[in-house]
Amino acid sequence: MKLEKVAQAPATASGEGPMLLALRNVGKVFSNGVTALSDVDLTIREGDFLSLLGPSGCGKSTALRLIAGLSTPTSGLLDWRGGIDRSNIGFVFQEPTLLPWANVFDNVWLPLRLKGVSRAKAEPAVMAMLARVHLNGFENAVPRELSGGMKMRVSIARAMVTKPRILLMDEPFAALDEITRFKLNNDLLELWQDERFTVVFVTHSVFESVFLSSRVVVMAARPGRVHGELAVDAPYPRDEVFRTSPDYAALCRQASDVLVNAINSTAGPHHDGH
Amino acid sequence: MTAIEDTVLKLDPEEARRVRQERLERIGRWVLPLAIMVLAIWLWDRICVWNEIPQYILPRPGVVLQTLHDDAGLLFSSLLVTLRITFLSLLLAVIGGVGLAVLFAQSKWVEMSFFPFAIVLQVTPIVAIFPLINIYINNQTTKLLLCAWIVAFFPILSNTTLGLNSVDRNLRDLFKLNGATRWQQLRYLRLPAAMPYFLGGLKIAGGLSLIGAVVAEFVAGAQGQSSGLASRIIEAGYRLNAPRLFAALILISLTGILIFLVLSLVSHLILRRWHESALKQER
Repeated sequence: MKLEKVAQAPATASGEGPMLLALRNVGKVFSNGVTALSDVDLTIREGDFLSLLGPSGCGKSTALRLIAGLSTPTSGLLDWRGGIDRSNIGFVFQEPTLLPWANVFDNVWLPLRLKGVSRAKAEPAVMAMLARVHLNGFENAVPRELSGGMKMRVSIARAMVTKPRILLMDEPFAALDEITRFKLNNDLLELWQDERFTVVFVTHSVFESVFLSSRVVVMAARPGRVHGELAVDAPYPRDEVFRTSPDYAALCRQASDVLVNAINSTAGPHHDGH
Repeated sequence: MTAIEDTVLKLDPEEARRVRQERLERIGRWVLPLAIMVLAIWLWDRICVWNEIPQYILPRPGVVLQTLHDDAGLLFSSLLVTLRITFLSLLLAVIGGVGLAVLFAQSKWVEMSFFPFAIVLQVTPIVAIFPLINIYINNQTTKLLLCAWIVAFFPILSNTTLGLNSVDRNLRDLFKLNGATRWQQLRYLRLPAAMPYFLGGLKIAGGLSLIGAVVAEFVAGAQGQSSGLASRIIEAGYRLNAPRLFAALILISLTGILIFLVLSLVSHLILRRWHESALKQER
């Protein structure tokens, strides 16, 4: 398959920006003997919107945790470039993961507060960020008073309030209904285009990954590994017109083919594509 | 207002039945226990009359009430003594329980090493320990405080420890990602997360500290060294003064109920905005 060929030389894919981080031969084995990741090579460039797409158990979340420094690789290394380190990372979890006792303002303030920024000093940044995620006027609400989509917006605002250069997202919209998800997809893209940070986005939705990303990296399971990569060349800004266009459908079909291929490669030990 | 709503909102029979049901429940919650209580007291009175039970065995409720009024000076000064021990020991139980829990939370090793001691203290009956305390400690107040504290501190320690350890894993990761110090994690994450658990423990400890205070006085009072409500009970028992015995008993019960209600209110006020336990169910 020609799509898998691309994966052999990831450096030549759709990238324009300078390299930010490379995973080189990264492997992760858990103490229970499960090989979560095996020989993962992946280059992330400045300004990428990169999706890790794959079935459950393919190690995409593990890869994200390795990048975040929440876990260390068993083998291989993470090669950071461009003067960036872990303090430049924002992380959005699958659940909103908010402090239930704190209001929206305090939740978004938290990363700054932990860095010693006072409420008064943090206020402009927090309020600006809340406006960016369309939550003006909700700063005094507590999480239980918000809908699932709004909670996720708070979570994104909290991750972005420190102006990180790289945003890691672990299936952030998986639990939301489709209408809310589409809205958040659009708003996330808008934010990304304005601020030009780098995104690594874990998802198991072909449609979501194609709509959002400039690069889709497809992973296969047991052991978790990179199976192939697809450059999504469609121009930004992408909107509802793009979502219903034949181009989008064609790209989704391509990505879906790679994903099916990745899943089949796991089913039998010697059934690796063609 | 509700009348208008009722006419505007055309409820189907099922919804209407539910609204009626809720209204009944709201009234019943107060009326039923009160009615049963009144009925029980009336029955108590009747049984005394019907069976001609002498006052020194079972006094009539009216007599108890009269005693409560006549002996008010004596009984309330004793109540104050008991309350002082109760609240001081509850305060010490909060300080000790939370302090130890925070210490335990610093390291699994500390918890593993010292938690068994707390359990030993908890499971040994206080009445059995008291003679030892009596030997080692001279000061009367200290003696009683120590007793009540031993009884009351465990639920706070155990609940707070549980709360400090049951923080959402992702939230813990979030703090780690943001380079939070151990102190920051405790201050902004673990202590607030443990709050519902602590308050649950506090409600239990409130009642226990009263029980602890009374039991300690009982044991000490048997040696004629106490002036709390328990010693009034012992004294009244010796003199076959059943009305005063009942009056003291009622005071202790009412105090316990009051402590529980106040602590429940405190808990509700602290948790009402965010914790499931304090939220009204929305259907």
